[in-house]
Amino acid sequence: MNKQTGKIIGISGNMLTVSFEGTITQNEVGYAVRGNEKLKSEVIRIQGDKAYMQVFESTKGLKVGDRVEFTGDLLSVQLGPGLLTQIYDGLQNPLPELAEAHGFFLPRGVILDPLSKDAKWHLTPLVKAGDVVRKGHYLGWVPETQFKHYVMVPFYMDGDLTVESVEKEGDYTIDQPIVTVRDEKGQKHGLTMVFEWPVKLPVNIYKQKILPTQPLVTKARIIDTFFPVAKGGTYCIPGPFGAGKTVLQQITSRYADVDIVIIAACGERAGEIVETMREFPELVDPRTGKSLMERTIIIANTSSMPVAAREASVYTATTLGEYYRQMGLDVLLLADSTSRWAQAMRELSGRLEEIPGEEAFPAYLESRIAEFYERAGLVELFNGEQGSLTIGGTVSPAGGNFEEPVTQATLKVVGAFHGLSRERSNARRFPAIHPLDSWSKYDSFVPENNVSISRDFLEKGADVHQMMMVVGEEGTSQEDFVTYLKSEFLDAVFLQQNAFDPVDAATNPDRQTHVITQIASVLESELQFADKEEARNFFYDLRQKFIDWNYLEWQSDEFRTQEKTIQTLIKGKTQDA
Amino acid sequence: MRKVYNKVLSVSGNVITVKAADVGYEELAEITTRRGKSLAQVIKIEEDTVSLQVFAGSRGVSTSDEVRFLGHPMQVAFSENMLGRIFNGSGVPRDGGPEIAENLIEIAGPSVNPAKRIIPKRMIRTNIPMIDVFNSLVASQKLPIFSVSGEPYNELLARIALQAEVDMIILGGIGLKFDEYMKFRNTLEAGGALNRSIIFMHTASDPVVEGLMVPDLCLAVAEKFALQGKEVLVLLTDMTNFSDALKEIAITMEQVPSNRGYPGDLYSQLASRYEKAVDFEGTGAITILAVTTMPGDDVTHPVPDNTGYITEGQFYLRNGRIEPFGSLSRLKQQVNKDSRDDHRAIMDGMIQLYAQYLETEEKRSMGFRMSPWDEKLQRYGRLFESGMMDLSVNIPLEEALDRGWSILAQCFKPEETGLRSELIKKFWPEKQQAD
Ligand SMILES: Nc1ncnc2c1ncn2[C@@H]1O[C@H](COP(=O)(O)OP(=O)(O)OP(=O)(O)O)[C@@H](O)[C@H]1O
Ligand SMILES: [Mg+2]
Repeated sequence: MNKQTGKIIGISGNMLTVSFEGTITQNEVGYAVRGNEKLKSEVIRIQGDKAYMQVFESTKGLKVGDRVEFTGDLLSVQLGPGLLTQIYDGLQNPLPELAEAHGFFLPRGVILDPLSKDAKWHLTPLVKAGDVVRKGHYLGWVPETQFKHYVMVPFYMDGDLTVESVEKEGDYTIDQPIVTVRDEKGQKHGLTMVFEWPVKLPVNIYKQKILPTQPLVTKARIIDTFFPVAKGGTYCIPGPFGAGKTVLQQITSRYADVDIVIIAACGERAGEIVETMREFPELVDPRTGKSLMERTIIIANTSSMPVAAREASVYTATTLGEYYRQMGLDVLLLADSTSRWAQAMRELSGRLEEIPGEEAFPAYLESRIAEFYERAGLVELFNGEQGSLTIGGTVSPAGGNFEEPVTQATLKVVGAFHGLSRERSNARRFPAIHPLDSWSKYDSFVPENNVSISRDFLEKGADVHQMMMVVGEEGTSQEDFVTYLKSEFLDAVFLQQNAFDPVDAATNPDRQTHVITQIASVLESELQFADKEEARNFFYDLRQKFIDWNYLEWQSDEFRTQEKTIQTLIKGKTQDA
Repeated sequence: MRKVYNKVLSVSGNVITVKAADVGYEELAEITTRRGKSLAQVIKIEEDTVSLQVFAGSRGVSTSDEVRFLGHPMQVAFSENMLGRIFNGSGVPRDGGPEIAENLIEIAGPSVNPAKRIIPKRMIRTNIPMIDVFNSLVASQKLPIFSVSGEPYNELLARIALQAEVDMIILGGIGLKFDEYMKFRNTLEAGGALNRSIIFMHTASDPVVEGLMVPDLCLAVAEKFALQGKEVLVLLTDMTNFSDALKEIAITMEQVPSNRGYPGDLYSQLASRYEKAVDFEGTGAITILAVTTMPGDDVTHPVPDNTGYITEGQFYLRNGRIEPFGSLSRLKQQVNKDSRDDHRAIMDGMIQLYAQYLETEEKRSMGFRMSPWDEKLQRYGRLFESGMMDLSVNIPLEEALDRGWSILAQCFKPEETGLRSELIKKFWPEKQQAD
């Protein structure tokens, strides 16, 4: 690559206009140079001899005439062992290392190695001289936390590659060549454990994409039973401020039944991601007995960090997810909030003076959102194994109104919609997913029959509630009133879930099926009451017993005893008849 | 010295352009007009055309006025001598006292590395039960008061400033009416807090652009003091005026508005200020309490809406009271577990009963008959409003919790409160149980 230079001729916010000669590439990285500071930037538009570049840092103090050094490389991340447990900014700068070197504040123009150059990894080779491999094939593996981290042929290498030599099993750093291959033109390449990949290009090195059907268990009852997510699928969580988007993602990141979780804190509060950063290393992953951090990567580009890096952060996170998917793992990417990412695009588009669309978002907003969620998927790899990347994004609609461009564009492409409602969060009915407005195109592990009965009661209950607001309790028939009580009961003991109780916060699939079956039988049974007061008291009592039951360890003695108490209570009412 | 230019190419809104070379982005310049000197800040550079926002406004700027570039971005002094002093939005004293130019620091500095943040855990007591008991304020929190004009939000802010257990107060006024400013100042003085306060005051009669600097000035100074171990409370009123100033500049610069005229980066602009709230490990902390007036009492208006997405909760001030519903301190659970063992129970229990009271109120107003239970709730609601919600109530947390028990005991039997029996045994007032 020939390295070009250019000269700044205009500055507006984080956008530079740069004059250059020769060849440059769209999305190429360049550095604006001022003194001994080099500010990372990306070419986002080329027009004649002018390039428009977004700077990933504050542009304070830059001057017209300052030099720009182009690199010829697209904005990329490093892929290799050691990504797990890391905390990066949107450009893969490791934040704890930055803090160690520079203290409290994020220094401008400092770039550190995303992966340790000194750490040794124990390599077990999987190829031998003479083997023919292609991009994405496994050359060997190293243990990384509890996983087999496969060392792969770099994704950018084309054609058949013949293995010339392989290093012996042993400890290597990421920069040491471990395999030498010869390409179709006869050229030799020494391959290491690490390579780079441009974040904005999807990794699609697989035999085929498969329709996602296997549920991704989040252990949130309202999600798994009513609005499930599939491994390799996509979903979104729109909701007004304070409705519980972040808390919902936080508990999902803890309890979801997947191999790897990537958390992208995109333009939101620093304090929130700090909770995860500080708590995860101390929390035990019940699946493995290891710390939760061992399956986690955090990308933190919070709201006061540079906005261009915020735009990049979502792509960085996705690329890391795609990388682990290539190892046959189930990866979950949680992005909070995709609206902040969309706003970063809007800021940029404004500076480029592009023709604005609705609410000043760029015309390509929809296609960018679609491209992002398209990177999710369940795929069949070269070796017949499957890997998945599931993407869940929160959306922060202006004014809490879902009729806005980001929510609408997202709803067109995702497989499930978990809409949070202000009424539910005000009433502290958490998680505040609206049970009637939300939807999912995926199948639940819970028998369909139980779900549809429950849904039916929720709808009827909402109707009765509406009516009662007008005519009061006195004007409502006892039958309707009981329907309402039943739907409220279902809401209280199943839809609502206490995120802060160690047992209730995560309900496993068997338990969900077991409990919803019990609830469905209550809903269906003909209960006889002398009057409304008696009905109300019965359901209050039943609700209390069910909630207590929710707090008991699955299949413990107390759990079984409580179940009997509940059954006796119900039987009492049905036999009265 | 720095180059001086005296050809102003264009004047539009409060933005002027000049031809100049070797100018840094966001650099400061001084423009001398017939009305006097004003600072101006570079907001755009295109080849040799430099756009500047003029703090004193463009009124009276002539095409031959002198523009002198200062070679540095906006700075502010940082010194103990600033305590008790009042400055304007350019950092110039407005109290007639001497200029302070020691220790100049840059404003709007880099953000804190998230890896250096810690989980906040210290309560800031205000002696206002609606805050201390129901929505505790936490050191390093950023919290706005959502209100409408006419409500006593500045009085509330001043009172919190006086009573909060902090080392120092930095007050930033943006577009404050002159008498509000004087009242605020006098309250701090009368309460003996002026000598631990620094005030940056931009009033409604000052040029709009000058108000834009106020949050950054306050927060830059606060940050330095916090790094020296000080517990700093920053008060910003009114951030809606700040947002409106941003809007004005954006429109002058012909930026495409995103929502009701506000620029698309309103969220980032507000966030970069509010996110300065921090608890520095091992030293001090910055807590931000702001006022956001809601135009048309509409919380979906872009300013309160974007603010709500940034801050850690909000207090709604309505009819002179902090509303128990809608108001939320998102950090309260970090501090209300260890304050006193009945804190959470009183917080939840009293609010639930108050919600029931509001329901019976509705029933009553619709003419439905009141049951004995409704009567109890009615009594409770009135006592809760006068004993807890009224802003004149001024008691420490512990006393407020005791008062909570006493109100409950005046209205209900223990088992009617839904509170855990062990707590009732420990805290239920003896005497009143009889009635
Ligand atoms: N599942 C839950 N259980 C209990 N409380 C909850 C739950 N979810 C949210 N909350 C309460 O609501 C508050 C706000 O939740 P959260 O931060 O998740 O909102 P959000 O939708 O992410 O808001 P924003 O858009 O402003 O980031 C929390 O601080 C907590 O008090
Ligand atoms: Mg959130």
